[in-house]
Amino acid sequence: MLSKRIIPCLDVRDGKLTKGIKFKGNVDIGDPVQMAAFYYDEGADELVFYDITASYERRDIMIETVRKVAERIFIPFSVGGGIRTVEDMRLVLLAGAEKVSINSSAIRDPGLIAKGAAAFGSQAIVLGMDVKKVSPSQKIPSGYEMVIDGGRTFTGLDALAWAKEGERLGAGEICLNSIDADGTQKGYELHLTELIATSVNIPVIASGGAGAIEHIHDVFTEGKADAALIASITHYGTHTIKEIKSFLHEKGIKVRMTW
Amino acid sequence: MIAIIDYKAGNLTSVQRALAFLGRDSAITSSAAEVLEAERIIFPGVGAAGTAMFDLMRLKLDTALVDAYGRGKPILGICLGTQIVMDRSEENQTRCLGLIKGEVLRFPENISEPGGRKLKVPHMGWNRVKVMRKHPVFDGIDPQSEFYFVHSYFPGPRDTRNLLGETLYGIPFASVLTSSNLVAVQFHPEKSGRPGLRLLSNFCMWDGKDHA
Repeated sequence: MLSKRIIPCLDVRDGKLTKGIKFKGNVDIGDPVQMAAFYYDEGADELVFYDITASYERRDIMIETVRKVAERIFIPFSVGGGIRTVEDMRLVLLAGAEKVSINSSAIRDPGLIAKGAAAFGSQAIVLGMDVKKVSPSQKIPSGYEMVIDGGRTFTGLDALAWAKEGERLGAGEICLNSIDADGTQKGYELHLTELIATSVNIPVIASGGAGAIEHIHDVFTEGKADAALIASITHYGTHTIKEIKSFLHEKGIKVRMTW
Repeated sequence: MIAIIDYKAGNLTSVQRALAFLGRDSAITSSAAEVLEAERIIFPGVGAAGTAMFDLMRLKLDTALVDAYGRGKPILGICLGTQIVMDRSEENQTRCLGLIKGEVLRFPENISEPGGRKLKVPHMGWNRVKVMRKHPVFDGIDPQSEFYFVHSYFPGPRDTRNLLGETLYGIPFASVLTSSNLVAVQFHPEKSGRPGLRLLSNFCMWDGKDHA
């Protein structure tokens, strides 16, 4: 059977990690390529790079980073942030990423999902979703609304309806981020994750809120997620990927233990 | 030299990068002549069987592959490449190369895991491969190793002698096939970490003889 995937997320700006990452040895690494290599050796199942480079002109720096990462690690990785066109996707995929993740650009232009899937296959297109809890209404019956601009702008789109629409348009996977849980380290939004993961027939990566190993366990069991995105829990040396996987393995969750 | 067959089916650079990491030179080519000159051949692919066969035939790579197989050159099929070596595929009702007898099938609807939860198609992620017998291409690979899969179709070899590896996803399916100098894997060794690199490295040293 498939293993549940553990996916570290790295934020990159102008070719550098936005936060130097501290490990148990107190090493501070700012280079995304070294970091990717470290997580690859540590047993990460996949990596996500989120490019927050502000200026469009500096995008070539990210492409160069992707190329260097692809020469060094041999597991799938995706790149998100600032991908607005099929040509943007092509550059990132040709540089060696397995998948691209589109978020606000897919909301502005849903056709981008279909165009990307037609050009590169659904497996290459990840629909990134930033979601905030709201009072259920006629417009937002699930009580979860799609937001953009880091949660500042509400779109009027129901998250459940959007997830289904994304699947219909050809997304191969959903990366589901709860803006409410993000950064709290108090656990994933389990109800949201379960709602989406059981409503679509494509894998769902849960994102936002992991602060303890138990949170990752819960998002696989209660949340029914296929993969868990992690950041600070490993970035700051609280746990290693091996510790996380050993814990899950002992609890009877299938994870990849040999690498 | 290793020829990586280019028939416009997906990203081939990842295979080439993995070979470069292993210190192996390779050439991405759509020339039938180059394929026949190569010492060994990697036949990758992502996409649909119908389009793939169309492009292979247009480039005369179908006959080149059959010839190379007949001449005993080591050939490694990857993902869609593994499906194309069969007789035919359910996907777009495509007639394929026929190097291995049998048909390519789609995962049935409503497959579920032992706990009862419905399984998603495509089968995407890390899964184990039960290797049925010793083979040089799997030399030194831990039996607990997992490999990265992305596919909705899988090969169904008619003769169990062609079945080298099996994977469980709701149903057991053939994830590795072999026939003399051909090995074909349904997963992506170039994306499967160290065990995948080991497999590629083994393939680069394989003489194409199956000692079974």
